[in-house]
Amino acid sequence: MGASDFLTNMWNIFLENWPAYLTGTRNTILISIIGTIIGLAIGVLVAIIRTFPQSKTTWKAALQKVINALLGFYIAIFRGTPMIVQAMVFYYGSAIVFNWDMTPLTAAFIIVSVNTGAYMAEVVRGGINSIDQGQFEGAKSVGMSHWQTMQEIILPQVFRNIMPSVANEFVINIKDTSVLNVISVNELFFTSNTIASTNYRFFETFLVTAIIYFILTWVVTTIIGRLEKKLGGNDDYELAEVGSSHQQIPTADKVGDQ
Amino acid sequence: MESMLKIQNLKKSFGNKEVLKDISLDIQEGEVVTIIGSSGSGKSTLLRCLNLLEEPTGGEILYKGKNVLASDFKRNHYRTKIGMVFQSYNLFQNKNVLENCLVGPVKVLGENKEEVQKRALINLEMVGMAAFIHALPRQLSGGQQQRVAIARSLTMQPEILLFDEPTSALDPEMVDDVLEIMRKLTSGGLTMAIVTHEMEFARDVSDRIVFMDQGLVAETGSPEQIFENPQNKRTQAFLERFLREK
Repeated sequence: MGASDFLTNMWNIFLENWPAYLTGTRNTILISIIGTIIGLAIGVLVAIIRTFPQSKTTWKAALQKVINALLGFYIAIFRGTPMIVQAMVFYYGSAIVFNWDMTPLTAAFIIVSVNTGAYMAEVVRGGINSIDQGQFEGAKSVGMSHWQTMQEIILPQVFRNIMPSVANEFVINIKDTSVLNVISVNELFFTSNTIASTNYRFFETFLVTAIIYFILTWVVTTIIGRLEKKLGGNDDYELAEVGSSHQQIPTADKVGDQ
Repeated sequence: MESMLKIQNLKKSFGNKEVLKDISLDIQEGEVVTIIGSSGSGKSTLLRCLNLLEEPTGGEILYKGKNVLASDFKRNHYRTKIGMVFQSYNLFQNKNVLENCLVGPVKVLGENKEEVQKRALINLEMVGMAAFIHALPRQLSGGQQQRVAIARSLTMQPEILLFDEPTSALDPEMVDDVLEIMRKLTSGGLTMAIVTHEMEFARDVSDRIVFMDQGLVAETGSPEQIFENPQNKRTQAFLERFLREK
């Protein structure tokens, strides 16, 4: 079989099965985007709570300790077990123990979000710890609460710093959603497997799959790389006109060559 | 008259190290108190206890008669009244000069942004930084950042302003600019507590000098008393060393 025959084969497989590929790709994108976003939200929340300064009130401090222990437990469990196992336990466990009847796709959203949240919590916490203590003190000195400090001062800087790690998590999620085929989530790996088991051309079918995965991760990496540059801000500023404090809004007037 | 701040038997330890042993000190409204002493004497720690950046391990701080260390005391609200200028400026890196001055009054005090902006611009003009409102902290020199930090504190309209070695991290040529601004503030009647190594400045602007040594107030008095006729041996030794270096 020549190389051109091989490529023709791949192309034909794609043409014959593109609706299935498309469904799989769509679900993979959906699960990884939503999982990453909700995971980031969980991570931010967990990290804010875990970096809360210790309360002066005894019962509050005790409550804080309990919550932090639980959060630590959550992070340890979800980082310490494979997502493929988490998927099995959660999907079948929720049906048996709680009698929850959810679709595999719903289960997929929940598992990927909660799993990503555990990783993001550590990423965000690292980001928060990397901000110099002086800015926390500066914020305290104007009377800001922990939430205000986070919201106004710390998190905007953290988001910029952790962008590469978030992108990394997103790329990992695109690839790792493939393990969700064990609970029959209709994502790209699952649909590819279905295609291959009817045409018995595993090699060509999965080579198409590989190309689709690669395009997805490459696009994401590129977009986030651009975003990162943009968030980096520019290094220039314009001088405002001095003695203009009576004007309402200081405009970006340039002062000659001061 | 009730003191603005009344510090009674204040203690602070870090682990086994007792940094403040037993400090009692009053600061009256409108008073400029300068705390001097060698490194490690506890003067910065004392200042940082006043706005609760450090948690005292013993003693009391009364703000207008109210116990600051009580568990139901509103600390964040208290901090809006107690401004602080740090050695390392501590500006918000994600905000430009103007925003640094606005965020406290607008977000914490809930004031109208336009009103605050007018005030901020007046303060920025006073410290000579009005032209730089669009600049980010990292684009400014140390002296410029410190001037912005002073404007940021002033825009909060504090009742007392704490200065924690505000010129120690600055290049020599920038020190005078910052001291000049502080001089202006002292003549404006603002209550100030200053930790500094600038002895000449301390002598000129202070109503009262507090000399600290090994976690204790060794001597306190008017600038004339402390600089011309120090009673304590430690004070004498400390000042002699300073005069020699001149």
